[in-house]
Amino acid sequence: MLQMKNISKLYRTELVQTHALRALDLNVRAGELLAVTGPSGSGKTTLLNIAGLLEDFSAGEYRLDGVDVRGLSDDARSRLRNQKIGFIFQSFNLIPDLNLFDNVDVPLRYRGLGRAERKQRIESALERVGLASRMKHYPAELSGGQQQRAAIARALAGEPPLLLADEPTGNLDSQMAREVLEILEQLNAQGATVVIVTHDPEIAARAQRNVHIVDGVATDLEAGPALIRGSEKRLGPIFAA
Amino acid sequence: MRVFYYLELALRSFRRNRVLTALMVLAIALGIGTSMTTLTVLYILAGDPLPGKSDRTFYVQLDAEGKENYQPGGEPNVQLTRADAEALLRARRADAQAMMTGGEGAIQPSEAGREPFHVDVRYTSADFFSMFDVPFARGAGWTEREDEARARVAVISKQLAEKLFAGSDAVGRTIRLDQHELVVSGVLDAWRPTPHFYDLFTGAYEQAEQVFLPFSTSRDLDLERMGNIDCWGEQSMTPTALVAPCAWIQFWVQFEHRDQAAAYRDFLVHYSEQQHESGRFVRPPNVRLRNVMEWLDEGKVVPSDVRLQTWLAFAFLAVCLLNTVGLLLAKFLRRSQEIGVRRALGASRRAIFVQFLVEAGSVGLVGGVLGLGLAWLGLWAVRQQPQDYASLAALDPSMLAVTFVLAVASSCAAGLLPAWRAAHVTPALQLKSQ
Repeated sequence: MLQMKNISKLYRTELVQTHALRALDLNVRAGELLAVTGPSGSGKTTLLNIAGLLEDFSAGEYRLDGVDVRGLSDDARSRLRNQKIGFIFQSFNLIPDLNLFDNVDVPLRYRGLGRAERKQRIESALERVGLASRMKHYPAELSGGQQQRAAIARALAGEPPLLLADEPTGNLDSQMAREVLEILEQLNAQGATVVIVTHDPEIAARAQRNVHIVDGVATDLEAGPALIRGSEKRLGPIFAA
Repeated sequence: MRVFYYLELALRSFRRNRVLTALMVLAIALGIGTSMTTLTVLYILAGDPLPGKSDRTFYVQLDAEGKENYQPGGEPNVQLTRADAEALLRARRADAQAMMTGGEGAIQPSEAGREPFHVDVRYTSADFFSMFDVPFARGAGWTEREDEARARVAVISKQLAEKLFAGSDAVGRTIRLDQHELVVSGVLDAWRPTPHFYDLFTGAYEQAEQVFLPFSTSRDLDLERMGNIDCWGEQSMTPTALVAPCAWIQFWVQFEHRDQAAAYRDFLVHYSEQQHESGRFVRPPNVRLRNVMEWLDEGKVVPSDVRLQTWLAFAFLAVCLLNTVGLLLAKFLRRSQEIGVRRALGASRRAIFVQFLVEAGSVGLVGGVLGLGLAWLGLWAVRQQPQDYASLAALDPSMLAVTFVLAVASSCAAGLLPAWRAAHVTPALQLKSQ
């Protein structure tokens, strides 16, 4: 799904050069749940941004679902991002003046889908995260956990094969964090590839594989305890709203 | 259609920042209102009064004056003598030609008890109506033969026909002008050439005359004339006499193709040489042939303060737009986080750019509507002024369209930089920065 070879990222200012990533190799297989850990400033988020085509890399090779992303135009990168990747952020990043329905609609609008299909996908995605009854609510009217579930619904509405999550439980209490993690696990169980950048040892422990980054250098750690895979394959509701 | 989505987002954005949006709309509206007011006045004053023909319709000048105040190559008198005008008319070297001067007279209604009233009159020749595309509601003008025969005929305006004949057909009826009976050959439809280009001496923005009759007839009946008259040499005869050394006639020619004008100019030079040889002209040949727009430029028909006001108004619009650029920048960059999210979810830079440009254009559209109201008010204020063109100041459909195009185009122009900056927000920075 995601193949990075010798990826480097160099930030330059007039005074200093900073190596955010150094000759990083990463291979994430389709259907994997991978945790990326490491201390603050180690390059985790840079890795995620490069993986999500939000940032360019300085050197190396990167293939996303078989597509070589080097030299792609902004339009092509955006299209690829829209079709292949769903983002989940620490601070949810819902658009405050759009209700949940319209927030989940955003990636589908850029996909150019028709009104009926968008509606069906939005309702289905919100139902899967247990927010079907809150479609008309605005982000400010929801708890942190509900907001993150809405953000997950937005990420999965476009049915992307890859989910990138940056500290998805960082702003949540432990109960809500567990709920969100369970959703991610269930999505992974249903076939999605999930890459989670985290400081949370529980998430790292529940991932199939851990990559640890220090000073821009990645080390593939031994896989954590076996992921608790549910047997459920249908896309049913996970939570009651 | 993605653009409808962007319009929907623009509306949401307006609702979210009502005060900021109102300020931008007001800035655009003030700029548009001011510039459209002055531009409309300029457009009306500087418009082409003879579209499609103005570049092949020419005003003729000859230098028939005496030796006094002679400057070689100087501007000849702006009007012709009657002798020259009649000679050029007889020569018929253009496809159409007309001599003319202004006049006035008293109309005596036929019904007993009605008071006579004054009208402006134009004494001209047969081609006047076809040359200047004068519209007829009924009947037609007169013929060259009637010019030569000094026929007692007249063409009258629609308003005069209404006033004298109260809706019944005026063609064939008789009017009394200064006690002389004239048979109506035609009734004009509404016609107000702006400027009153064919005779700037009776007022550049005057209304068209109410009565038109053959020049020859006017001389035969010795009707009252008005307008400028320049005489030179010894004043031993009536200024309007055929051979009097006085310039008081306007002369227009028209060609099928404008390049025929060169040959006509040669003819005028040749005519001047002949007159010089015969001793009638004392100055060497010095002719002018200007088309309608050149003639209006030469006559400085558009007041210079109107041009200045237009420049100032557009400078004001530029200031308003600069303010709008600042407000849009503030508004758009405040939404950097939203931009980052949209980029992460699949919006290209181009999509962000268009989204914000649509938002800027929408501000312009609303500002345009408000600006239209302000322009309407401004033009109302102009109409209250004493200038002779004041009554003409009104928005027509084309200026209405210009208002909206100008409003949307200028606000899009103002939105270019802010939208470009928005499109280049680094998404990665915004997504982590909450």
